[in-house]
Amino acid sequence: MAADYVEWLRREGRIVIVGASLAGLRAAETLRAEGFAGELTLIGDEPYEPYDRPPLSKSVLLGKASPHHTELPHRWETDAKWRLGVAAAGLDLTARRVRLADGDEVEFDRLLIATGVRARPWPKEEEARLEGVFLLRTREDAAALYRRLKAGPRRVFVIGAGFAGSEVASACRESGIPVTVAERAGAPLVGALGGVVGAVAADLQTENGVDLRTHVTVTALEGDSVGRVRAVHLSDETVVEADVVVVSLGSVRNTEWLTGSGLGAGPRGIACDAGCRAFDFRGIVTDDVFVAGDVARSPHALFGYQFLSLEHWGNAVAQAETAAHNMICHGAERRPHLWMPAFWSSMFGVNIKSVGVPPMGEQLMITQGSLAERRFVGVYGCKGRIVAAVTFDNARWLEFYQRQIERGAPFPVEYPTLDRRPEGRRPVDADFPDPSLPTHGPMVTLSGYSPADQQLVFHPARH
Amino acid sequence: MPHASMTRRITDFANRADPYPVYEELRSTPVLHEEEGGPYIISSYYDIKALLHDPRVSSDAANLAAAGDDALASTEETGGLPPSFLRLDPPEHDRLRRIANSAFGPPHRPRRIDGLRGQMREIVTELIDAFGDAREIDVVDRFAYPFPVTVICRLLGVPREDEPRFRAWVDPLVATLDPETRRGTDADAATAAREARMQLGMYLSGLVEERAGEPRDDLLSDLVNSRGPDGSLTMMEVLSTAVLLLIAGHETTVNLITNGMLTLLRHPEILRRLREDPGLSVNIVEELLRYEPPVQLVPQRTCIADIEVRGVTIPKGSRIWLVLAAGNRDPERFEDPGRFDPDRGDIQHLGFGSGIHSCFGAPLARLETQIALSELARRLVDPRLVEDPPPYRPNAVLRGPRHLGIAFEGLR
Ligand SMILES: Cc1cc2nc3c(=O)[nH]c(=O)nc-3n(C[C@H](O)[C@H](O)[C@H](O)COP(=O)(O)OP(=O)(O)OC[C@H]3O[C@@H](n4cnc5c(N)ncnc54)[C@H](O)[C@@H]3O)c2cc1C
Ligand code: HEM
Repeated sequence: MAADYVEWLRREGRIVIVGASLAGLRAAETLRAEGFAGELTLIGDEPYEPYDRPPLSKSVLLGKASPHHTELPHRWETDAKWRLGVAAAGLDLTARRVRLADGDEVEFDRLLIATGVRARPWPKEEEARLEGVFLLRTREDAAALYRRLKAGPRRVFVIGAGFAGSEVASACRESGIPVTVAERAGAPLVGALGGVVGAVAADLQTENGVDLRTHVTVTALEGDSVGRVRAVHLSDETVVEADVVVVSLGSVRNTEWLTGSGLGAGPRGIACDAGCRAFDFRGIVTDDVFVAGDVARSPHALFGYQFLSLEHWGNAVAQAETAAHNMICHGAERRPHLWMPAFWSSMFGVNIKSVGVPPMGEQLMITQGSLAERRFVGVYGCKGRIVAAVTFDNARWLEFYQRQIERGAPFPVEYPTLDRRPEGRRPVDADFPDPSLPTHGPMVTLSGYSPADQQLVFHPARH
Repeated sequence: MPHASMTRRITDFANRADPYPVYEELRSTPVLHEEEGGPYIISSYYDIKALLHDPRVSSDAANLAAAGDDALASTEETGGLPPSFLRLDPPEHDRLRRIANSAFGPPHRPRRIDGLRGQMREIVTELIDAFGDAREIDVVDRFAYPFPVTVICRLLGVPREDEPRFRAWVDPLVATLDPETRRGTDADAATAAREARMQLGMYLSGLVEERAGEPRDDLLSDLVNSRGPDGSLTMMEVLSTAVLLLIAGHETTVNLITNGMLTLLRHPEILRRLREDPGLSVNIVEELLRYEPPVQLVPQRTCIADIEVRGVTIPKGSRIWLVLAAGNRDPERFEDPGRFDPDRGDIQHLGFGSGIHSCFGAPLARLETQIALSELARRLVDPRLVEDPPPYRPNAVLRGPRHLGIAFEGLR
C-alpha cells in the first residue's frame, strides 16, 4: 500500500516547493533527476529566477559582478510551474493546501518548505527607514548598496562584525571607502569562530584601515532634516558621522506564514528529523512536509544529535538534495542528512574556511602555521574529540580535518603535523562568549566516502 | 609458488606497456608492505587522495633521505641548487610556491598562460608543417618532445636565437631523470649531464642577472624582481625554481601528448569526433590524465607520524608510494574504470596529484595538450599506428613511449 503510494506519487503526484532560491531550485532539479514525473510547482515571493547570494557581499560590492547577473545555473530541466513574485501566506495541513498572498490556493501531495531567512532589520523602525540605511540579503539590497558605494560615501558604518558585516567592511576598504565597524563582542567573528581566531580577524581589519569598535553597541541612528542618515550613536557615548549604515545583525527565519498551521515552526526555524521531514508542534514527525536550507533545524548524528541551524550555502544544497530524494522514495531507501557543516568566506584578501561546528569547541589548537602570519589551521575540541577546524589561507588541509571529525578523532592533536609551531603544541581556550555544552554519552562516527556508501557507526557510551 | 614482489613488478620493464593488470592486483591489497624497510604502497583512489591531504605526510627531501633507499629512490643531483618547492614542506614550500605563482597566474599574472595560446598554435603549426612530405613519422621526436620545451623557453623568456642551445642542455638532463637509466648510465653520459647542468645553470643565471632591476614581460623577470608580502627570492631560489619548472613540465607533457595520440589512435571514433569538434579536447585531456597519467606514482613521501590506513598502521619514518595510476582506475571511484570515455560526468583524476603539491603547471600542461591533440587530429589525414604497443622508456614513474611511429596519408 505504502509502496503503491510512492509509485503513484512519482508518476502523477503533486509536489509544491515554497521558497524559490538555492534550496528550492536544487530540490526541484533533484526531484526530476530522480524520476519524479508528476506536477511540480515552485512558489517564491521574489520576482526573480533563483539567484546566488554569496557574491552579493563580495564581488557585487566591488563592481566585479552585476547584482542582476548572479542567477544560479540550472543543472537539470525542472519542467515546473513557477509562481514568482507571490508569497505563500498560509498552510492547511489537513487539506494539503498552500494559501498564497494573492488569494490563490495550491494543492499538494507533498510539500517542501525552503523559505530561508531574511536580514534582521534595525529594531527602531523610524531610524531604519532613514535614507542610507541598508540591509543585505537580496539582489535589490545589494544593487542599492553598490550604487551608494560607487557614489563615494564619506563613511560607511557597519553594525555587527559577523561574516556578512566583515565582508562588507572588506569591500569598502578595497574600494578605498572609510569604514567603521561596531561589534558588541570583543572581536569580529567571535560568535562563529571564538575569541582567539576573532583576534586575528580584528588585526586584519585594523591593518586594512577599518575603524573597528568592539565591546560597543549602537544606541541610535541620527537623521538629518531631509531624512538621510548622518551619524551613529554608540553605547560608549561616541558619535560617528556616516552617510551609509549597513545593518548586519544576523537573520530572522521566514516562518511567520506557518503560524497556526500546526507545524513546529517558530523564530528558531522549522524543526525536522534527519530525513528532512518536518515536526508538527507536538513533536510528531509529519509524512508529507519536508524542510531544507537556512530555515531548517535538524539533528546531526555526529554532533550529539543536536539540532543545528546552518546558514550555509553547501548545507542548503545538500539538504535540498536529501529532502528531494526522501520525498519520492520508499522508507528503506531514505537517507539521513549527514552533511558536514562547511563554510567559506573571504575578506581583506584572506580565504577563510571551516568544517564542523566551531562554536561547540571548548578548546583550540593551532596545528599548522601561525596566528601571527594569518595562515593557519585551527582545530576545535570538545570532550576529547575534534569537532571542527578552521583555516585561514590554508584550505587544502581541511579535507583531512573533516575526516578526523567524521571519525570522532581524539583531541588534543598529539601527533606531529607539518608546519607545527611552538604555539600549536598545547590547546588553548577557544574563547566563545557563550559555550554550548553538549552532553556526554554515546557517540557516532561516519565511515565510507561517497554518499551512497557512507555509514554511521554507533559507539556506546564509555564509563 | 615463489612470486615476484609487487614492488619489483611495478618497476619491471616487461610491464611498462600495460601496467594496469599489475595495478589491479595491487588494489586487492590497498596498503601493501612487502619487506622490512621497503615502501608502503597505496593504490586506492580515496586512500591516495586522503594521504595527499594528510599533514602527517612530508615531501621534504631530508625526511626522504632519512627513510633510506628504495627501488625508486630519486635523490637526483641538484647541481648545488637548494631544494625546489616540490621537495619542501610548509612553510618554505608555501612561500616559494606563492612567489612562483605570482609570476605565473592569477591574480597577478592572469594572462601569462592564456597569452601564450597564439604562440603555442604557431609552434604546433610549424612542427606539423615540418612533417613535409613524410608519410611516416615519430610523434615523440618530431612533435611531442620539441613542443613543451619551446613553450617553456618562451614562458621563461629565453631569447629565440638561444632556443637550440638551451634544448641541447635540457635533453641530456631529462635523460638522467630516470632512476633506471641513471643507475645504468655509463660515465660519459653522466659527465655529459653534469656538464649540461652546469652550462644551463650558468646560462640561466646570465638571463636572470640581465633581468634583475630591468624587468621584461617574462616569468624569469617576475621571479627575480618579486617583492611581495613574502619577500623576494634569492638568486639560488630563482634558479632552482626555474629548473623545477623546466624539469617538472617537460617529460610529463611530452608523455601526455604522446599517450594522448596513442590513445586516440586506439579509439578512432573519438579521434574523429575531436577532428570535428576541437572543444572536445578539454574533456579528452582530463580523461587522459585519468586513463594514462604521465606521472604513474609519487614515490617521494614519508610519514612523520604513525598513520592508520584501512586498519594498517604505517609507522612514522616510513616511505610511501602513492600509485596515482592505480587510483585513477579504482572501481570504487570510477564506473567502468578501464574504459577511455571523455564523456564521463565527473573526471576527478589524480593525474596532477592533489593537495598542496598538486601540479603547479596544470593550466599550462592542459592548454598545451589540448592544442597539440586537436591540431594533430585536424591536420593528419587518416593517421594510424605503425606499431602497437610502441616501445616505452624504462622509467616506471614518468611513463611514456620512447617512440610513437604513425603513418598517415598527408596533411590538411
Ligand atoms: C550576502 C550574503 C553572503 C553569503 N555568503 C555566504 C558564504 O560566503 N558562504 C556560505 O556558505 N553561505 C553564504 N551565505 C548564505 C547562503 O546564501 C544561504 O545559506 C543560502 O542562500 C540558503 O538558501 P535557501 O534556499 O535555504 O534560503 P534563501 O536563499 O534565503 O531562499 C529563501 C527564499 O524563499 C523566499 N521566501 C521566504 N518566505 C517566503 C514565502 N512565505 N513565500 C514564498 N517565498 C518565500 C525568500 O524570498 C527567498 O527567495 C550568504 C548569504 C548572504 C545573504
Ligand atoms: C601533463 C603534464 C603534467 C603532469 C601529468 C604533471 C603532474 C604533476 C604531479 C602528479 C605533481 C605532484 C607531485 C607531488 O605530489 O609530489 C606535479 C607537481 C608539479 N608540477 Fe606538474 N605535471 C605536468 C606538467 C607540468 C608543467 C608544464 C609544469 C611547469 C610549467 C609543472 C610543474 C610542476 C611543479 C612546479 C610541481 C610541484 C608543485 C609543488 O610541489 O607544489 N608540471 N605535477
